[in-house]
Amino acid sequence: MRDTPDLDALARRAARLRRHVLTVAATGPAHVGGAMSAAELMAALFFRWLRLDGVAQPDHFILSKGHTVHILHACLVERGMIDAAELRTCGMPGSRLAGHPTRRAPGVEFATGSLGHGLSVGMGIALAEQLRRRDTRTVVLMGDGELQEGTVWEAALAAPRFGLEHLLAIVDYNRFQACGSVDAIIPLDPLADKWRAFRWNVHEIDGHDLGAILGALETVPAARGPSVIIAHTVKGKGVPSIEGTTAAHYAVLGDADIAQAIAGLGADT
Amino acid sequence: MIGYFTALQSAEVLAELAETNPNLVLLSQDLGAVGSFTARFPDRHFDLGITEQNLVGVAAGLAHAGLLPVVLAMAPFLSMRGFEQIRTDCAYNRNNVKFLAPFAGLEAGAWGATHHAIEDIALLRVIPGMMVLSPADPNETARAVRAALAIDGPVYIRIGGLMPIDGYDAPFRIGEVVTLRDGRDLTIIATGPSVAAALAAHDALRADGIGARVLNVHTIKPLERGVITTAARETGRLLTVEEHSIIGGLGGAVAEMLSEIGVGRLLTVA
Repeated sequence: MRDTPDLDALARRAARLRRHVLTVAATGPAHVGGAMSAAELMAALFFRWLRLDGVAQPDHFILSKGHTVHILHACLVERGMIDAAELRTCGMPGSRLAGHPTRRAPGVEFATGSLGHGLSVGMGIALAEQLRRRDTRTVVLMGDGELQEGTVWEAALAAPRFGLEHLLAIVDYNRFQACGSVDAIIPLDPLADKWRAFRWNVHEIDGHDLGAILGALETVPAARGPSVIIAHTVKGKGVPSIEGTTAAHYAVLGDADIAQAIAGLGADT
Repeated sequence: MIGYFTALQSAEVLAELAETNPNLVLLSQDLGAVGSFTARFPDRHFDLGITEQNLVGVAAGLAHAGLLPVVLAMAPFLSMRGFEQIRTDCAYNRNNVKFLAPFAGLEAGAWGATHHAIEDIALLRVIPGMMVLSPADPNETARAVRAALAIDGPVYIRIGGLMPIDGYDAPFRIGEVVTLRDGRDLTIIATGPSVAAALAAHDALRADGIGARVLNVHTIKPLERGVITTAARETGRLLTVEEHSIIGGLGGAVAEMLSEIGVGRLLTVA
């Protein structure tokens, strides 16, 4: 179904996305952890699955976990919509790039940042597309800590009532939130059971395994109802000094941390 | 319940507009069939159940995808629970969503304070890009709905317990203040159901030889400046009346304006 060179190309793309995030991290503190954990997911979405260019009705993408905006900006660089040099201006006065997605940046579909909003918005978009009988896809990427917001579950409860086979939620389950592990603060497990109980089509995968990601994406649209991918990931993946720690969430990286991470990404980035 | 019936009546305007605008969709929260809209357009009325945050978020998504959603939801819950979704998903993201909010002010009466909306003007008014309408009677509500649907941008239409005002059929232009009665001794500035009370006060004062000008502020935001400035200059004394907290409401809005204009003396009643 997929050949190895195909997956290799996406893996190199994910590495380049991580390299762009490190460019931002080199300028100061940044939400590195949740950006790095989503690199393979974003590579698969933006450079394989979402139909964004050359189509009359582009697919939709909402970054509900808006603080991980740097991985979205990285995709905009790889899509040729912003210059890589612009990444260094992120958060500076006058920059189009802020610490959360804003519509000043080309290619950002919806401004987010307050957690728990994206799934409702995505549901509305999917409902509109369904009403117009289009097969346009709508993807909402959420964080795991974000699932502590009640609004996520309002939308999760409501969406299957309306069908919405082309709505896909993805949970970047990297196990850490701002100030500790999700399990220690308000645990989510059994997470897949919760979504199943809400009548979603559930896929639980390794969120760094591109083959598994593409395999899950290929099941959308399911025969009935919206789908969710629970992607088990490593917070800060690709930055050895912070991987899998609370410190990865909003990280201050030194030159050595960044050099080590860049070295690990390979020569092709 | 009067305000809810007013909302249902104005939903007939929506049904009429929906005939020619295929993008118009209606969202509500466990309110059953909405006038004839539901029967005529069953595929375009979405009942999202007992929810405000998801309701408004979904509306924002529908608007983002190019539809024209109208949200019908109770004012106290919509304005307080749905506030951040209105602010961030609708106004900040520039999504064209219209809100019809019955049970504004004290209309819920003996149902109690949980169901009173005496903060909604203040909450909605402070949101950048948000228009706030507050019609004075059922027919004006229908005209307000029509006007709101004709413009691009989010609009909140507050619907209190409105009774018909005899002979009142002024064209509804967003952003205008309507002079209902003239007078030189003071100006009563009212909104929503308080407009009828202001007209009654005008008649009572006239019997005592006092000329009270009566202004209907059907558009609280943007608040028209000229008519209020003229009234302040010509009558000196101004009285605001509303079913809302003075803080942040019509009283607050007029006070802010008068402090900039620098004329007139204001008394607020709520």
